[in-house]
Amino acid sequence: MRVLDDSKRAKSGAARYRPGVLKYAQMGYWNPDYSPSATDVLALFRITPQDGVEPEEAAAAVAGESSTATWTVVWTDRLTACDRYRAKAYRVEPVPGSPGQYFAYIAYDLDLFEPGSIANLSASVIGNVFGFKPLKALRLEDMRFPAAYVKTFAGPPTGIVVERERLDKFGRPLLGATVKPKLGLSGKNYGRVVYEALKGGLDFTKDDENINSQPFMHWRDRFLYCMEAVNRAQAATGEVKGTYLNVTAGTMEDMYERAEFAKELGSVIVMIDLVIGYTAIQSMSRWARRNDMILHLHRAGHSTYTRQKTHGVSFRVISKWMRLAGVDHIHAGTVVGKLEGDPNSVQGFYNVLREGRNPVDLQRGIFFEQDWAGLHGVMPVASGGIHAGQMHQLLHYLGEDVVLQFGGGTIGHPMGIAAGGTANRVALEAMVLARNEGRDIWNEGPEILQRAARDCAPLKAALDVWGEVTFNYASTDTPDFVPTPAVA
Amino acid sequence: MNARVDHVPSRDGENAAPTAEESYDLEAVYRDSHVGEVLESLDRELVGLAPVKSRIRDIAALLLIDKLRRGVGLSSGPPALHMSFTGNPGTGKTTVAMRMAEILHRLGYVRKGHLVAVTRDDLVGQYIGHTAPKTREVLKRAMGGVLFIDEAYYLYRPENERDYGQEAIEILLQVMENQRDDLVVILAGYRDRMETFFRSNPGMSSRIAHHIDFPDYTAEELVAIARLMLQQMQYRLSEPAHEALREYIEKRRAQPHFANARSVRNALDRARLRQASRLFERKGGSICRQELETIEEPDIRASRVFSANA
Amino acid sequence: MRVTQGTFSFLPDLTDEQIAAQIEYCLANGWAVSVEYTDDPHPRNTYWEMFGTPMFDIRDAAGIMTEVNACRETFPNHYIKVNAFDSTRGRESLRLSFIVGRPGAEPGFSLVRAEGRRGSGIEPGP
Repeated sequence: MRVLDDSKRAKSGAARYRPGVLKYAQMGYWNPDYSPSATDVLALFRITPQDGVEPEEAAAAVAGESSTATWTVVWTDRLTACDRYRAKAYRVEPVPGSPGQYFAYIAYDLDLFEPGSIANLSASVIGNVFGFKPLKALRLEDMRFPAAYVKTFAGPPTGIVVERERLDKFGRPLLGATVKPKLGLSGKNYGRVVYEALKGGLDFTKDDENINSQPFMHWRDRFLYCMEAVNRAQAATGEVKGTYLNVTAGTMEDMYERAEFAKELGSVIVMIDLVIGYTAIQSMSRWARRNDMILHLHRAGHSTYTRQKTHGVSFRVISKWMRLAGVDHIHAGTVVGKLEGDPNSVQGFYNVLREGRNPVDLQRGIFFEQDWAGLHGVMPVASGGIHAGQMHQLLHYLGEDVVLQFGGGTIGHPMGIAAGGTANRVALEAMVLARNEGRDIWNEGPEILQRAARDCAPLKAALDVWGEVTFNYASTDTPDFVPTPAVA
Repeated sequence: MNARVDHVPSRDGENAAPTAEESYDLEAVYRDSHVGEVLESLDRELVGLAPVKSRIRDIAALLLIDKLRRGVGLSSGPPALHMSFTGNPGTGKTTVAMRMAEILHRLGYVRKGHLVAVTRDDLVGQYIGHTAPKTREVLKRAMGGVLFIDEAYYLYRPENERDYGQEAIEILLQVMENQRDDLVVILAGYRDRMETFFRSNPGMSSRIAHHIDFPDYTAEELVAIARLMLQQMQYRLSEPAHEALREYIEKRRAQPHFANARSVRNALDRARLRQASRLFERKGGSICRQELETIEEPDIRASRVFSANA
Repeated sequence: MRVTQGTFSFLPDLTDEQIAAQIEYCLANGWAVSVEYTDDPHPRNTYWEMFGTPMFDIRDAAGIMTEVNACRETFPNHYIKVNAFDSTRGRESLRLSFIVGRPGAEPGFSLVRAEGRRGSGIEPGP
C-alpha cells in the first residue's frame, strides 16, 4: 500500500467510498488549495496532535469530526452533496514558540448552520471533537462569521449607544459594584447596600452570579427592596440608576416570571448567568428587546474552559457568540484586577465586543477580519479586585465604553459604602477630565488622583487604604505573537 | 553660552538687560518658529510688492522680539495685532492676509491660524435683530484665527438711518478690544475710502495697529505676473506676443477699473479663447504640441484695448 | 441638593478655562458642540431646550464659549449643559455632556409612592 505519499491527498470517485478506514485527509477534509468563500464560517483551532499524528491529519480530523465524518467510510455520504458539507482544513501552521502545537484553519459552508442559533453553532463546532483521541489537546481560538450569518441574529437588544442614551450618561465609563458579601444578606439589608452605593455616586449595583433565590433571601424580596433603593437613590441624585436583578432560575418559565416582575417594578436592567445555556440566553435576549430592558450577562463558569491556552474555548470566541446571541453587558476582564487577564488579550476581547469591524490584530489575538454588519456593540464589564487607585490604568487599558465595577472597593471603604461610591466617582471624573485636557494619565495618574483627593475626603481615604494594592501574576493566556508582558 | 529663550524664567518687573553670560539666541528662536518658511513662500508666490513684504518682515520681527521680551519678563502690554490693508483690487491683499494668519499662528499669537474672509453682507442683516446673530456667527467661526473684512467701509452708511451696519461695527469694536487673544481683524479696501471710513470711525481707527498700503503693480511687474500665470497654465508666449502683451498692459493700466493681477488674469483667459478659436478655424492638417502650447501675437492684438484709439 | 447629571458633576464646578479645554478636546475630535438649557432637571427629561443649533465647523473653543456665556446671561436660573455630538457610523450620538450652569437653589426631587408597591416615581421638590 503506497500510503506514505497518498496519506494527505484526498481520494475521489469510487476509491473514496470503498468500505474501510481512510485517513481524514484522504476523505477530503484537508484541502490546502481551498480558498474560503465570503459566506463560509471560519474557525481557528490550536491543535496538539498525539505523537506520530501528522498536523494536517489532525487538522483534517478536527474538520471532519466537526462536520460530516465518522471514523469509517459510509456509502450514505453519496446521497448528499458531501463535497459541500464537508468542512475543509485549508491551512496549518506551527504555533511560534510552542513545539508540538499548530494553528489549524477550517472553513464551514453556511448551509451547515441553522440561522440565528448559537446552540447549533456550538454543537456543530465544539460538540463532537474535543475528546478526540488523536489529539492531546484542542482549543478553539477564534472564529469568523460572514455577514450572511451575522444578519440572522438580532444581536444585543440595547447596545452601547442606546444604553447611554437611556441612562443619559456620556463621556465616561459607567460605575458599578457587586453587593457584598456574596451570599447571606436578607432582602432589606441587601437593599441598604444598593441604596448607599447608588446614592454615593455609582450608576449600577449588581447581584452576584449565585444570588438567585435562597433560604436567606427570596428573589421577590430582593427585587422589592432593591427597586425601593434604586428609586430613593434616583430622587436623591437626579440621575438614572439601576441594579442588575439576577433572574437566573431553574427553568425558563421561572426566569420569565422573575424578569416580568423586574419590569413591573420599573428596573432598567436585568441579569443572567452564562450557565443558563445558550438557548436560554437567546430567549432572554428576545424578551429584553420586547420589554426595553438592558441585559447583563455574567460569564459564570467560563474559566473552566477559557483559561488554559492549550485546551478549551478562548473567551474571544465566547465574546463573539454572546454578541450574536444578544447581550448588552458581558464581563470581559480588568487586566489589573484579581482575575486572569493579559492586557493584549483583554483588549482583543474588548475590541471584538465593541467595534463595528475588527481588522486582523495578531498582537491582540484577533486572527480574522470580522465585520459585524451593523450589529450593536456589547458593553464590556470590568469586575474583580479593582480600586480607585488604579483609575488611570483602567482608563488607559479599557477606554471609555466599559462598566467598571468596584465591589470590595466600594463596600469596604473605611468611611462607609456611600463614601466608597463617591471616591470611585470622583476618581473617575477627575481622570477623564485630565485625559481630555491632554495630560499623560498613564504617568501622571497617581498625581491626578492625589490632587482630586484634596477636595474629596472619601477619595483620600480610599487611596490611603488601597493605594499600594496590585495583583501581579504571570498570565496563563497570552497571545502567541508577543512576549508575556508584566502587569504594571 | 547661548541660552534658548523658552528656558529663561520670567523675572517680573526687573530691568533685564542680558548679562555677559546670558544672551538670547535669536537665530534659534527664528528658526524654531518656522516663520522664515512663510516669508520665503510669500516672496516666491507674489511678484513685486516690495514695500508690503518689507512691512510684513518688520511686523514679524516686532512680534518675535516681543515674544523674547515676554520671555524675560519685559512687557509692553498685549500686542496690538489688528491691521488694515489698503490698495486697489488685485494687488494681493487676500493672499497676504492668509500668509499673515500663518505667521501669527507660528509665532503663537493666534491659536489656530485659519482665515475667514467676509464682506458687509456676511455681517449685516436686512431687518431689526438680524445683524447681531449674523455677526456673532461669523465671529464664532473666526475665533482662534483671523477675520478678513473686504471693503470694510461699506459697514458704515451714515446717509441711511435704517442701516444696520453700525451695529456690526459696535460688536466688532468690542471684540477687537476685549478678545485680542481670540481674534485678529484685518480690514481691507480702496485706500481713499478706507481713510474716510477711519476718519468717521475713530474707535475703529484707534484699534488698528498696522496700516499697510498695497501699491499698484508696475507694468514690468504685471508682465512678470502674466508670465508666472502662463507658466502655471502651461502656455508660452511667442516673442511678438510677448511684446504685444507688454503694450497691452501699459495701455490697460491707464484705463479705469483696472484690477491689477486679476485684470491680467482675465486678459490671459481671453487670449486663450482666441488661440483656441484660431486653431479651430484653421481646420485640416494636424496640430502639433508647440501650436497647442503657444499664444501668438494676433491672440493678444485682437483685444479692444488696442482698437480704442482707432 | 446637587443634581449630579453630566460627566463632571462630582467635581467642583468647572472654571471657564476647564470648560474651554473640554470643548477644545471635542473640536479636536471633530464633534459638533451644542448648548442646552432647562428648568426641568428630571432624569427622564430627554429634551432640554436648545440654545441655538449644534455648532459644526467651529475651529476654536472661544467661539463656543461666547455661546455658553450668552446662554448663562440669558438664563441665569436654569440648568445649562454643553453637549458634543459624534456623527460617525455606529455612534451617531453624544460623546460628552456636562453641566456648566445651575440655578441658585436646586430644589431636587422626592419620591411619590403608591400603596400596593406597584412602582413609584420621582417628582420635583424636596
